[in-house]
Amino acid sequence: MLEIVNLHASVGDRPILKGIDLSIKAGDVHAIMGPNGSGKSTLSYILAGRDGYTVTDGSVTYNGEDLLALPPERRAATGVFLAFQYPVEIPGVSNSTFLKTALNAVRRQRGESELDAIQFLKLARAKCKQLGMTDEMLKRAVNVGFSGGEKKRNDILQMALLDPKLTILDETDSGLDIDALRIVADGVNSLRGPNRAMLVITHYQRLLSYIVPDYVHVLAFGRIQRSGGKELALELEARGYAEFGVNEAA
Amino acid sequence: MTWLDTLRNTNRSRFAELGFPKTGQEAWRFTNLGALAGTPFQPAPPAFAKVAIETLPSVTPSHRLVFVNGFFCANVSASDILPEGVIAGGLAATLNQHPALIEAHLGKLAHDTNHAPQALNTAHIADGAVLYVPKGVRVARPIELVWIGTGANEPLSWHPRLLVVLEPGSEATLIEHHLSLDDGAATFANGVSELAVGAHARLHHYKVQRERNSAFHLSTVAGRLEQGAYYEGFLLTLGAKLSRNEIKLVLAGPGAEAKLSGAYLVRGQQLCDTTTLIDHATAHGSSQQLFKGVIDGAAQGVFQGKILVRPDAQKTNAHQLSRALLLSDDARIDAKPELEIHADDVKCSHGATTGDLDDDAMFYLRARGIDQDSARSLLIDAYVNEVIAEITFEPVREAFEALASAWRYAG
Repeated sequence: MLEIVNLHASVGDRPILKGIDLSIKAGDVHAIMGPNGSGKSTLSYILAGRDGYTVTDGSVTYNGEDLLALPPERRAATGVFLAFQYPVEIPGVSNSTFLKTALNAVRRQRGESELDAIQFLKLARAKCKQLGMTDEMLKRAVNVGFSGGEKKRNDILQMALLDPKLTILDETDSGLDIDALRIVADGVNSLRGPNRAMLVITHYQRLLSYIVPDYVHVLAFGRIQRSGGKELALELEARGYAEFGVNEAA
Repeated sequence: MTWLDTLRNTNRSRFAELGFPKTGQEAWRFTNLGALAGTPFQPAPPAFAKVAIETLPSVTPSHRLVFVNGFFCANVSASDILPEGVIAGGLAATLNQHPALIEAHLGKLAHDTNHAPQALNTAHIADGAVLYVPKGVRVARPIELVWIGTGANEPLSWHPRLLVVLEPGSEATLIEHHLSLDDGAATFANGVSELAVGAHARLHHYKVQRERNSAFHLSTVAGRLEQGAYYEGFLLTLGAKLSRNEIKLVLAGPGAEAKLSGAYLVRGQQLCDTTTLIDHATAHGSSQQLFKGVIDGAAQGVFQGKILVRPDAQKTNAHQLSRALLLSDDARIDAKPELEIHADDVKCSHGATTGDLDDDAMFYLRARGIDQDSARSLLIDAYVNEVIAEITFEPVREAFEALASAWRYAG
């Protein structure tokens, strides 16, 4: 589904990614673990299409298509979904307007019919219920006044509505207490399936106890230093990133 | 009428001395009236609307009074019954029917002899609108003044006067709808409004200006709020080549409350100037101002807001904020918020912010499949709707949201 080959990228003149190779098949859940500054967020933003990053070498192919050539909205339509580390607050736009606009934009690009207000509300309420959220979240402005947990759940709700094929979870555990983490992880797990792939980006092993990956990769200094199974996450939890030359202050 | 002739003549000679303001004057430093002063405007002759009232635009179902180039058009205005004692009609007609009432109020609030556009208006008083609400009367139905500008070939000017008198304890909702029926030569609408809001009276006053892009639109408002009075004003500016809303409100009685907000959306070569003075003259008054601009192309926004708190105005609560969203590199805003405080026990704040669309929000929307144009529209609507939400009268709030939203597609 996703082939990342020798990906190099910079922010301004500063190289961040220095040759990433990663292959993800449908149904797989990959975790990328790494210390701060290793390039984790850069990778997720490049995959989602954010401005401000320059790809200097390499390629990203998604279902046979050059992903890097597509604007962000096109990537979303073809099934790439980034769950944000810090979901953005948008005052003045109600969550339901946002979700309906996004869903219909994606459906239009996929050649599906748009939903009217009633159809949308029915679907959104069903998804809310499925994810243990209240309808009231639909009426509020996007993420404004939401707790950390509510923001993340709102992202998962968007994910459930947009029905992505490749989901990138960028530090989804940051700012969540254990109860909120469990709820978010349950939401993510309910969307796992043979046709979907996930890339879980995290600093800590904690999240991976709830979203159990098939593969774990260690990212440091802009490269994948080591790959393995889920047991690699536990090893990192015990020993830290020191063996990769990373010295993190305790 | 001799008093009116005297008023006109005094102001005619006063304007002859003053001339149009120049940018060398502090109050006009950002707004250049050179193009206006250089246009040979002719006074618009009395006109009448040739169209049926049903076909004229309306903000919301209301008791509508229609004016063409400043002249009241009874034939296309509402004639249904208002509560007893309420007067809503043309100034010239009301002057004939209730001369004492007009003499008692006209020129009593707008009498700044150093204000050139006001002097020019007063020199030319011919017609306009009057709203009088007797003591304790609540006018439930909104009254909409439809100010139509028209004239194809030669530049025309008019100087409409609006007189609003709310007696103690009364209440009314006034909507002003300024528009052009056609395209053509420059027009110059130079309005002056006097708003007398009696003790514990409540005035809701909403204005939308969407004149054609050859229009000059100057509006000078002088309002006075007595004890416990409430004034809610909103200005939506979409049209005209150059427009200035200049509002002076005196909180004359204790506990008076003024809420004044507005949104302006301009592009091309448009200039929109908002100049306010909130004069807290006595204690326990409160005022709140929020103005938001969306400025595209090479358009210019001007905001000059002053809060004056006089020595007797203890326990004043006064806040003011100007915000501007610049959508292009050539767009500009000149903001001058000002506080002048002579009392020590007050809560006052003011501020001005300028920015462009939030990159984080843009990316968030696009990452969810929304294309760039739609994402921009959504964010602009959200920005503008935040200030339109200050309008407490829902039908106007919805109508203004729709007008502001339509602006984006008109570009």
